[in-house]
Amino acid sequence: MTTIFERLRSGTDVVGDRWRSLPAPARWVSLIVVAVFFYALPNLAIPGLVTTETDWATTLFTVSYYVLLALGLNVVVGKAGMLDLGYVGFFALGAYTTALLSSPDSSLGTKWSWLATVPVAVAVVMVSGVLLGWPTLRLRGDYLAIVTLGFAEIIRVFATAKPELRGQRGFGEIPHPPGEKADGSPLFGVIDARPYYWLGLSLIILVIVAVRNLDRSRVGRAWVAVREDEEAAEAMGVPTFRFKLWAFAIGAAIGSLSGVMFAGQQGFINSRNFDLFFSILVLAGVVLGGSGNIVGVIVGGALIAYLPERLRGISIAGKDAFEYRFLFFGLILILVMIFRPQGLIPNRRRVQELKDREKEVTVGE
Amino acid sequence: MNFDQLFSNFGDLSIQGLAQGAIYALFALGYTMVYGVLRLINFAHSEVFMVGTFGAIVVWNWLGLDQNSPVPALGPALLYLLVGLLAACLTSGVTAVVLERVAYRPLRKRNAPVLTFLITAIGASVVISEAVGIWSNRKPKAAPRLFTQHELFTVAGTTITNLQVFLVLLAVVLMIALDLFINRTRLGRGVRAIAQDPNTAALMGVNKDRVIALVFLLGGIMAGAAALMYNIKITGTHFFAGFDLGIKAFAAAVLGGIGNLRGALIGGLLLGMLEGWGSGLLGTQWTGVVAFVVLILILLFRPTGLLGESLGRSRA
Repeated sequence: MTTIFERLRSGTDVVGDRWRSLPAPARWVSLIVVAVFFYALPNLAIPGLVTTETDWATTLFTVSYYVLLALGLNVVVGKAGMLDLGYVGFFALGAYTTALLSSPDSSLGTKWSWLATVPVAVAVVMVSGVLLGWPTLRLRGDYLAIVTLGFAEIIRVFATAKPELRGQRGFGEIPHPPGEKADGSPLFGVIDARPYYWLGLSLIILVIVAVRNLDRSRVGRAWVAVREDEEAAEAMGVPTFRFKLWAFAIGAAIGSLSGVMFAGQQGFINSRNFDLFFSILVLAGVVLGGSGNIVGVIVGGALIAYLPERLRGISIAGKDAFEYRFLFFGLILILVMIFRPQGLIPNRRRVQELKDREKEVTVGE
Repeated sequence: MNFDQLFSNFGDLSIQGLAQGAIYALFALGYTMVYGVLRLINFAHSEVFMVGTFGAIVVWNWLGLDQNSPVPALGPALLYLLVGLLAACLTSGVTAVVLERVAYRPLRKRNAPVLTFLITAIGASVVISEAVGIWSNRKPKAAPRLFTQHELFTVAGTTITNLQVFLVLLAVVLMIALDLFINRTRLGRGVRAIAQDPNTAALMGVNKDRVIALVFLLGGIMAGAAALMYNIKITGTHFFAGFDLGIKAFAAAVLGGIGNLRGALIGGLLLGMLEGWGSGLLGTQWTGVVAFVVLILILLFRPTGLLGESLGRSRA
């Protein structure tokens, strides 16, 4: 028993080592091949992979905004090591900003185009991330978790109770993203979800590039220092608070992109789109995939969005397997934390951190 | 802002708040004790409570009581209450201990970081609430009525009902019992020792694993009592009942000073009243926000809470 668990826990990471030993041109070529494959994915009806109960392109779009959320949350949880349980709050804030500025149901009456709302939404969310982070990031990790949870809940209560935010009636007729096909019909329509998926995929690639660059800069090194030992980092002259705030704001901005995209595809949002389980699901994705590792969180985020859709229509004990999805992801969270806390595709540094802690002696255990 | 509403109903709002706060107080004990010993927020404690609400109702249903049965006479009613209390405490207590054994102990053994504990706790919370949700078909479950609510006496224009008196009394009695247990008994001394300094206490021969299991059991039992109180106050439960109340109970624990037993009582009752006043001032749809605002303010301005953080004694 133990040997299996030990092996599971240590994770040899063969693929990662092979990848890093490849020459750079080979890596670029394979990355391009992978990107082309993902752009072509909605047109490939791969049996077994395609979802039967929901439209394949729509599922892929769902996967894309979950992956975007996972990437954003990864900056906060995986890089800087802060547990944010209210992450969906930023997603909601982004979606609501777009809706307020563009929907004819909004009392603002501005009726902007979708594209014009994007920078405003991202800015609003970044500012609110800083406003939330400013007082709360001084708190210890576990308190931070509760306060962020409270933040998401307050946003939900606001959306439900404030008459201007229309509660469950929601905002309709949110414009779709711009663009026309060769025959003059709009590129982003109601029926075909493929353009939205391609938009999501492009955003994901942009975010990956941005996060990777940050990760290899002073900012990224500061995040690692904060995650490993905040006091030591502070003592060494790292302005920990400022970098934590940065992580929070950047994570929030990525979350808002996902929300804006969601609003643009759905054309309708209301207060029921954003509950706590959503936050927890995204967290499960990050942790399952391997927090801190970009490939890991992409796989994790994709799995949590894809599996429930794939399981639809399969019946377990008289109930649709879709019903069991949260139970299933809850179990995954526990099992991963016990047997493989670094996730499926771990961050090498993180593995080392966990090993170090295990060596520290505690009495009576 | 409706100040008129607040001041004209001040007494009623306070009393209703106290009754609600009694539930928070008992619920908060679980958070506070686990935090005192392990320095860890037991996120899944909310579901420990929720399981207790179902435990009592299921046992009442076995005994042939449901929401349609007539209100029993006082004697049988008290008996049923006692049976319900035992059932709720038992289910909650067992759930809490199993949770510690299955989810937390493996992590403790390898000195996992706080983040790992929190994520496990969230996972456990989702698993328990979803399991009950699937079992109950995600439908609310109604509790039988055990006594009719009536006015007991009136003080300065504020009517006080038998239910409100019962809730606050039960909370205070259980609190005193727990306080005596922790401060006067041998086992309680072990708990205080581990809370003060786990390593030294372990070297002195205190069985750490057993003390931690005991703490989870006690927290679970108190949550069970809170669950019974919830059942008779709300006359029903839901698989999602734990989440909302759990956050508030946690806020109560922080308000009183997390890790502090008496703080949990004070924090619970005070938070209940603050919520009552908040609902008068802002309208009932905003009640849910009060706890979060209190929590954030406390954490910002007095993170140790009203009475300070201590289970054993004050710590640096």
